[in-house]
Amino acid sequence: MSSIGTGYDLSASQFSPDGRVFQVEYAQKAVENSGTVLGLKGKDCVVFAVEKLVTSKLYEPFSNKRTFNVDQHIGLAVSGLISDARQIVETARLEASNYRGQYGVGIPLKYLNDRLSMFMHAYTLYSAVRPYGCSAILSSYEDNKPEMYMIDPSGVSHGYTGCAIGKAKQAAKTEIEKLKLSTLDHISLVKEAARIIYLVHDELKDKQFELEMSWVGECTQGKHEKVPLNIKTEAENAARQILADDSDSDVDEI
Amino acid sequence: MAVEQRISGVNPMGGLLYPDWQHAEHSTGTSIMACEFNGGVVIGADSRSTTGAYVANRVADKLTKVTDYIYCCRSGSSADTQAISDIVNYHLAFHRMELGTEPRVETAANVFRELCYNYRDSLMAGILVAGWDQYKGGQVYSVPLGGMCVRQPISIGGSGSSYIYGYVDANYKPGMDKEQCVELVKNSLALAMSRDGSSGGVIRIGVITENGIERSVVMGDKLPKFYEG
Repeated sequence: MSSIGTGYDLSASQFSPDGRVFQVEYAQKAVENSGTVLGLKGKDCVVFAVEKLVTSKLYEPFSNKRTFNVDQHIGLAVSGLISDARQIVETARLEASNYRGQYGVGIPLKYLNDRLSMFMHAYTLYSAVRPYGCSAILSSYEDNKPEMYMIDPSGVSHGYTGCAIGKAKQAAKTEIEKLKLSTLDHISLVKEAARIIYLVHDELKDKQFELEMSWVGECTQGKHEKVPLNIKTEAENAARQILADDSDSDVDEI
Repeated sequence: MAVEQRISGVNPMGGLLYPDWQHAEHSTGTSIMACEFNGGVVIGADSRSTTGAYVANRVADKLTKVTDYIYCCRSGSSADTQAISDIVNYHLAFHRMELGTEPRVETAANVFRELCYNYRDSLMAGILVAGWDQYKGGQVYSVPLGGMCVRQPISIGGSGSSYIYGYVDANYKPGMDKEQCVELVKNSLALAMSRDGSSGGVIRIGVITENGIERSVVMGDKLPKFYEG
C-alpha cells in the first residue's frame, strides 16, 4: 500500500487516484487478523470450521460463538470483528424472517446472499460510515442440494465449493484445493475441515484455540446445526494424530 | 322520495319490489375447479359473470394468469379478484426477476393468502391457485373467504361447487392421469352449471405442466349431459 498517508484513506466515499478505496482494504485487513474460518461443500453437506482464538484462559469455553443460525436451513460463519458480525447476523435473520412471513417458504440462499451483499456494500459508499470489518460465509441445504456463498467487506460475493477467510486463509485454501470436495460425505468433510484448521493453526503466535464446527445437509435433514460433540471430538483426535504422524516422519527424514 | 323509491325499487314497507339491478355488485357467482395430476394441474371454470340476476358477461374468463406457470381460478367479486390477481402478478413478476427462476406455486399461494387475510373484512374473494414448479410439480392451493391457505389434491370453489361436492368425492381417485382429470373437471363443472343459476356459459379448461399452459373451451352446446330430475 504505497499510497498510505496521502489522505485518500480517510473516507470510504473517496477513491484514490489509482482507483482504490482504502477504507475497504483496511476492513479486509481486519478480517485477516482474525482466526481462520473455512467452509467445505461436499456432495450432500456443507461444513463450517472456525478456529476461535482464545486470548485468555479465564474465558468460558463455547462463548463468543462464530457460527450462527439465520433460519432453520441456513448457517452463517463469520471472521473478523465479532461485534460487526453480529449486526450482519441480525440483518440476515430479519431478511429470512421477512421472507418467510411474506412468501410462506424459507428464503433461498442465493436471494439472502444478494440482500446481504447489498447491505454490506452500502457501507462502502458513504463518508459517515465505515465498512464492516468482517466476512461472512453462508450455507444451506435446499431441494437436496448444498450451497455456499462468501461475502467480503466490500460487498462482493461468490458461490464456492470450498473457501477460507481469516489469518491462515492462504494456507487453508492450498489444503482445500487438494481435496476432491464433490465426492466427500459429511463425516469426511468434518474430518478434513478439522484437520485443516489444526494444520494451519500457528502455535507460536496464538497459543490456545477452540474448534467450532457446524453443518447443514442431508445428515441433518436440511437443518443447520452444531456438529455433535462426539463426531467433532473424533475428528479433532484424528487431526491431532495425523499432525503428530507427519511431524514424526519429518524427523525421520532429517 | 318518489324518484329514490323507483330507482331502488323499495316499497313503503321497506321490502324490495324487484331485483336491485343498479346496485348489485358485479360478481363471479361461479363454478371453479382445480385438480393435481402427476406432472401438472388441470384448472377449469364456467364463464358466467353476473350483476345480481343479470348475466353481464356470458363468456367471461375466470382462469387468470399470474405467471407463465401459475394461474388462479377466481370466484367472488369480479373487481376484488381482478385487483388481487393484478397485485399478485406484479409481486411475482418482481420476485421472478430477483430470484432468476420461476416462483414456486407455494409462494404465489402465500402472496394471495397474505392479501386475502389482511383485507378479509373488505374483500369478497375465493381463489384457487394452481400451477407447476420444478420443486413440487403440479400443485393446487385453496384460498377461501377468510384468507386461509391450504394445499389440496383436488379443489372446487364458487357458488356452484356446493352442488357437486358429493360427485367430486365419489369420482376423484388419487393418481389419475391428465386425461382423467380433464374429464372429471368437465363433468363436475357441467353438473354444477346445470344446477347453479349463477354459473353457466362455456367451460374453460387449462392444463399447466412444465411446458406451460394448454387452454381449451367446451362450447355451451357441447357440454356433457346428465339426468336432470
